[in-house]
Amino acid sequence: MSVSVVQLQEVRKAYQIGPVVVEALRGVSFDIRSGDYVSIMGPSGCGKSTLLNVLGCLDRPSNGRYLLGGQDTSELDDDRLSFLRGSRLGFIFQSYNLIQQLTVLENIEVPLYYQGLSEAESRRRAGGLAERVGLANRLEHKPFELSGGQQQRVAIARALANDPLILLADEPTGNLDSGSGAEILRLFDELHEQGRTLVMVTHDPGIARRATRTILLRDGLLESDVANEREGASRNA
Amino acid sequence: MFTPAHLRRTLRLAVKSLWLHRLRSFLTMLGIVFGVCSVIAMLAIGEGASFETQEQIKNLGSQNIIVRSVKPPEEQKVSDKSSQGFVLQYGLTYPDLRRLQSSIPGVTVVVPGRILREYVWNISRRVDCEIMGTVPWYPQMRNHPVARGRFFTEKDMEAAANVCVLGAAMAEILFPLGSPLGRDVRVGGSYYRVVGVMEPPAGVAPAAEASSSSKPAAHRMYIPLETARRRFGEILARERSGSIEAERVQLHEVTVKVASREAVMAVADAVKEALERHHKKKDYEIVVPLELLRRAERTRQIFNVVLGSIAAISLLVGGIGIMNIMLATVTERTREIGIRRAMGARRRDIVLQFVVESTLLAGLGGLLGVLLGIGIPWLVTWFANLKTIVTVWSPLLAFTISALVGVVFGLYPARRAAQMDPVEALRHE
Ligand SMILES: Nc1ncnc2c1ncn2[C@@H]1O[C@H](COP(=O)(O)OP(=O)(O)OP(=O)(O)O)[C@@H](O)[C@H]1O
Ligand SMILES: [Mg+2]
Repeated sequence: MSVSVVQLQEVRKAYQIGPVVVEALRGVSFDIRSGDYVSIMGPSGCGKSTLLNVLGCLDRPSNGRYLLGGQDTSELDDDRLSFLRGSRLGFIFQSYNLIQQLTVLENIEVPLYYQGLSEAESRRRAGGLAERVGLANRLEHKPFELSGGQQQRVAIARALANDPLILLADEPTGNLDSGSGAEILRLFDELHEQGRTLVMVTHDPGIARRATRTILLRDGLLESDVANEREGASRNA
Repeated sequence: MFTPAHLRRTLRLAVKSLWLHRLRSFLTMLGIVFGVCSVIAMLAIGEGASFETQEQIKNLGSQNIIVRSVKPPEEQKVSDKSSQGFVLQYGLTYPDLRRLQSSIPGVTVVVPGRILREYVWNISRRVDCEIMGTVPWYPQMRNHPVARGRFFTEKDMEAAANVCVLGAAMAEILFPLGSPLGRDVRVGGSYYRVVGVMEPPAGVAPAAEASSSSKPAAHRMYIPLETARRRFGEILARERSGSIEAERVQLHEVTVKVASREAVMAVADAVKEALERHHKKKDYEIVVPLELLRRAERTRQIFNVVLGSIAAISLLVGGIGIMNIMLATVTERTREIGIRRAMGARRRDIVLQFVVESTLLAGLGGLLGVLLGIGIPWLVTWFANLKTIVTVWSPLLAFTISALVGVVFGLYPARRAAQMDPVEALRHE
């Protein structure tokens, strides 16, 4: 029996814009177990990104509890949250979010740098990860010299750098053509097979079905949380 | 937490991002460069000037008190109106000399001097010269050594011998070829045997050296006091605007040597009192080199305070320039900050990154400023022939302060960067 990596309990997130309070999340609860591959769907503005930011400790819930690996994150200070982001969580963004001045290798090294890895060890590990995502021959390139798909693969390598508990991807194929998108999704499938825990926000039901589980959000509330039957079929395809 | 390896990598990162905006970094640096460079250069020039003054004053002897005869100002008008036969009598006398020597405790030696303005000739070469009639121990007393040959002796003095010691510059002019030693120079109708040549004096003639004569001569020749008395007498006739003006001055100058530096001021007061008692008019002046030295020291302190203020202002301006550029950088790199925060950077990592960058900027500016600041005094010495002294502490201090400016003025932009909300920063375009 696998353990819960993530436990959300009645999580709320409200934004105050002048006198108006916008509730992006209005009490969301669910667990994610180690090895889960979760897709999050829902109409625009329903709070998917907000949820992912909370999961990624980039944002704190205004109410409710979020336990990551059994630890209540609301008790942690900024330094501890930074540590969690760097060591337990891996982010993959729609717009890649690579640092433009740095090379592929240096971008992959960024999370390692903040965990205080030695230069040689960090270089070695980053090189291995670049190879893992098929960019071994692009180490010294700058992001703008790469295609969107390649950039997203750098971002995946970077997210994997510190061997995180969970990978969080917000519309990772949103900016990609179907070909490079498919490559990224294949990479996700592989990671899932290797036992990684993944959470992916998407608008595409076809993509969502590749996950083992799909969570549907509507107006800041969890509408449905279903296991995908086609999981096995999609994976073998 | 911040290991040397960590710091080294942060430094490399800072170099990289500064290099990315080379021109901007360079222009920002200029503010610090000019601040630091002007401070070091000005200090060096000031230090050089004050060193020269102090050397000149020290040459007078910090244990000496120099009393000079001065023509009393009110008498000048009378003598102008008076007829040709009038002889103006003023200044220090031989009784004064004896009194100074015997009645003031703390006085060790007294050196009298008579100064005569004459032309000195070697065949057809001529030099306008102050002839100083004095005693054999004059060189030791005034810290002005003989370069070649010897000074005249007690024996020369007793015999009122016609011997002389030339100033370095006039020796060059009168005897451009070969040694002047053993040769003769002519003054009026008499010849003097050259027995020595003085060292060139350190620095130019200081203001204190401006003696009673209207304009100090550039050259000096030394003869025994006794010789001066016998050959030239005590009445000096001088032609001025058509009329002959005659003065009787026994001694133009008396140098009093005091046993210790501590006693100088007290002895100076005693000398003043002793002279006041016997002179109705103020026909003398008392120069105390030690006092001049102290005054020069004070002047230098004031100069340094003024310079320090200029330095502070220019570094402040440079610092504001750095802060301005760092604020722009932080805004420009908001997205990068968001990414780094999402990748595990703590607030202090972000602060360190930007502070190291601003400190590097200021430090490099400081370094360039130090190099320029050392180079400029060198050029000034080379082209303007002014003495300059770059003290060890001035580049060190200027550099340290400039680096500190980088830290202080980088701190606010860095803290602003660190306080940004990661989600907001990531959304920034
Ligand atoms: N920083 C913020 N300040 C104010 N309101 C916010 C903020 N971030 C999100 N919101 C609001 O919260 C709600 C949820 O936003 P969120 O970005 O999570 O939607 P989403 O599901 O990711 O939409 P999309 O599919 O378009 O990306 C929206 O109504 C949005 O306006
Ligand atoms: Mg979104």
